[in-house]
Amino acid sequence: MPNPEVVVVETDLLILGGGMAACGAAVEAAHWAKQNGLRVTLVDKAAMDRSGAVAMGLSAINQYVGLKDGANSVKDYVDYVRNDLMGVTREDLVANIARHVDSSVHLFEKWGLPIWKDANGKYVHEGRWQLMINGESYKVVVAEAAKNALLGSGVGQIFERVFIVGPLMDGDRCAGAVGFSVRENKVYIFRAKATLATMGGAVHVFKPRSSGEGMGRAWYPPWNSGSSAYFTLKAGAEMTCQEVRFIPVRFKDAYGPVGAWFLLFKSRATNAMGGNYMEERRPELEKWGPYGRVKPVPANLRNYLGMLDVLDGKGPISMRTEEALTKIAEQYKDDPKAYQKKIKELESEAWEDFLDMTISQAILWAASDVQPEQKSSEIAAAEPYFIGSHSGASGAWLSGPEDLQTAETKSEYSWGYTNMSTVKGLFCAGDASGASSHKFSSGSHAEGRIAAKSAIKFVVDNNNLPAIQQEEVDKIVAEVLKPLETFEQNRKLTTDEDVNPNYIKPRSFMFRLQKIMDEYAGGVTAQFSTNKAQLERALELLAFLKEDSEKLAAANTHELMRCWENVHRMWQAEAHVRTMLFRGETRWPGYYMRSDTPQLDEEKWHVFANCRCDPQTGKWEMLTRPIFHIFEQPKAEAPATQQPAVTR
Amino acid sequence: MLLDKDTQKAYNRDPSMCWECYNCVKICPTQAIQVRGYADFVPLGASVTPLRSTDAIMWTVKFRNGTLKRFKFPIRTTPEGSAVPDGGFKSDGDLSSSELFTEPASLGLPEVFSLSTRGGAHA
Repeated sequence: MPNPEVVVVETDLLILGGGMAACGAAVEAAHWAKQNGLRVTLVDKAAMDRSGAVAMGLSAINQYVGLKDGANSVKDYVDYVRNDLMGVTREDLVANIARHVDSSVHLFEKWGLPIWKDANGKYVHEGRWQLMINGESYKVVVAEAAKNALLGSGVGQIFERVFIVGPLMDGDRCAGAVGFSVRENKVYIFRAKATLATMGGAVHVFKPRSSGEGMGRAWYPPWNSGSSAYFTLKAGAEMTCQEVRFIPVRFKDAYGPVGAWFLLFKSRATNAMGGNYMEERRPELEKWGPYGRVKPVPANLRNYLGMLDVLDGKGPISMRTEEALTKIAEQYKDDPKAYQKKIKELESEAWEDFLDMTISQAILWAASDVQPEQKSSEIAAAEPYFIGSHSGASGAWLSGPEDLQTAETKSEYSWGYTNMSTVKGLFCAGDASGASSHKFSSGSHAEGRIAAKSAIKFVVDNNNLPAIQQEEVDKIVAEVLKPLETFEQNRKLTTDEDVNPNYIKPRSFMFRLQKIMDEYAGGVTAQFSTNKAQLERALELLAFLKEDSEKLAAANTHELMRCWENVHRMWQAEAHVRTMLFRGETRWPGYYMRSDTPQLDEEKWHVFANCRCDPQTGKWEMLTRPIFHIFEQPKAEAPATQQPAVTR
Repeated sequence: MLLDKDTQKAYNRDPSMCWECYNCVKICPTQAIQVRGYADFVPLGASVTPLRSTDAIMWTVKFRNGTLKRFKFPIRTTPEGSAVPDGGFKSDGDLSSSELFTEPASLGLPEVFSLSTRGGAHA
């Protein structure tokens, strides 16, 4: 990329990312921007129709509260999320998403997403909060509405295949972003009055179970490379729940979803001896305070019970698909024709579950001659992920909505514009926003809308373009392009361009990061276990890695993207290690165990663990923030609400 | 996927990070793209092939042992390109309210939930 063209784009609201949250933001921003004479610019590193975590499709919508039918209340959802996260959640943020999410789902249906209906025209539930969909084109439909909104209203423009490296700052206010085209010889300077970060979570920070060709088969997509975390950290935003990673237990190797099996088909998982860890290890739940007694059992505790079986040498763990399907069809056993028909229907549902969202699992079944109605399949705990929209919680610390605060929460949780970070003009949604888990695809869309409306309000109130210094821009552009220069200067030193004493290619850099995280920070190899000494060792090694990131080398713009993706991952890794080190207890044992502080410590650690890296000095600050309720709680020590795991 | 302008053929420039999302397979106008499962854990010999139209997708699943299965699922209920942002729901909220675009109509409720209007304990 010699002498790239530097393109400067000026806008009012800048939306970074193209996934569910960004698409929600686009629809919302277009409306309010038009009303207020403002412009909106969206930048996606891929093509919006199929970008983000829903790129392949989904077989279920995991958050639908059902407010209009009175099925559940906003408080019910907040209780569910708080319990699943072992007491650590921002109730105001979760409630805000819960009160709006049904609206997004109803819009999806109008736009053309097929949602399963029963004979009475009611949505078919997979579980209490989950709806079954024919979701192959879920993202296509949602992106179409977003594009129609932005382009049809005349207020917006969309840049695809432009990778965002980091923030532009004007003192303590976010002034936009800098990025480059992965197809053309162009660097972009986006100047904006407000910026919304919706660039997803992080995958491949930890070494994946499959490290050959199957490395791409991460559970969450490999293009989620920690860009949201990097962007917010570099802007100087306070971050929260950076220790709350997510370990999905999924069909082994291809990571096919288990939700339909556990919830819809009511399948059991059993170990090598035929034992069911959810029953046999139930007494273990008593050790985890009030959270061990809630229904449904929190995801990390379910993981943990299965992990204990594996540690005891009782693996493999099998999803008993054959047993579950036969049991459902059994009600037709006196009518062979109806029985065959039911089995056929269930078989089709089971295959669609994979084909809609994890096609690799369908390939693996076909390649292993597995017919789920005849044979069970192995499940396993995957490597750690950063996905604040799902059952993890990592993200930026955000201001909550004013009308969902109490006298107690107001001073801690609300400092102005809803979903604005601690950095002026920098908003977050989806995986970029922390302590507001279980929003999934639909809730991320709703949160994108919430953040976009709020950001437009911010622009109306702060209608001036933040200043940027040309000198500073030149410096940032040079930094962004440096890996290309490093490659050109040194590539002739050796016979193999991937092996060089003066530089490191992004792939090797990623392997180095993954090895550190896997071995010292509680990855698969370490059986998700770590301690103070190991985390300190991880920090030592990460410091060397950070120094060497200056020597990343890229042969072309594609590799340049890979270089920056891995720098982004490295920052997510450091925030994670520092926060696990800070929190001196074990709170989410099926996500990670601190072997030196193996127990829950409600007295000391029933708090948020937050961090911030000072952009000027590079120094990290660790702090705690109190956990407050916005809804009245029962007086007993147990925050548990007895909820059935599944309602149909 | 990237188009090689010399050969006029598209190729996957980085298979090491392929998610097997099949989006290139589904969109290829000549159905020229096939996927072979990840070499490090998938036995050889199976194939999963989509044929995506404007409203449905048909899958042909070929097992290693030769068994064939076909599945057809709907993918959308509206014509391609026709998604109207407001979904037909009215919007009359203002920028300072808690009502998002299309709300409260799109919620199917008379108003958006709030602590002050509904009271915390009875939410």
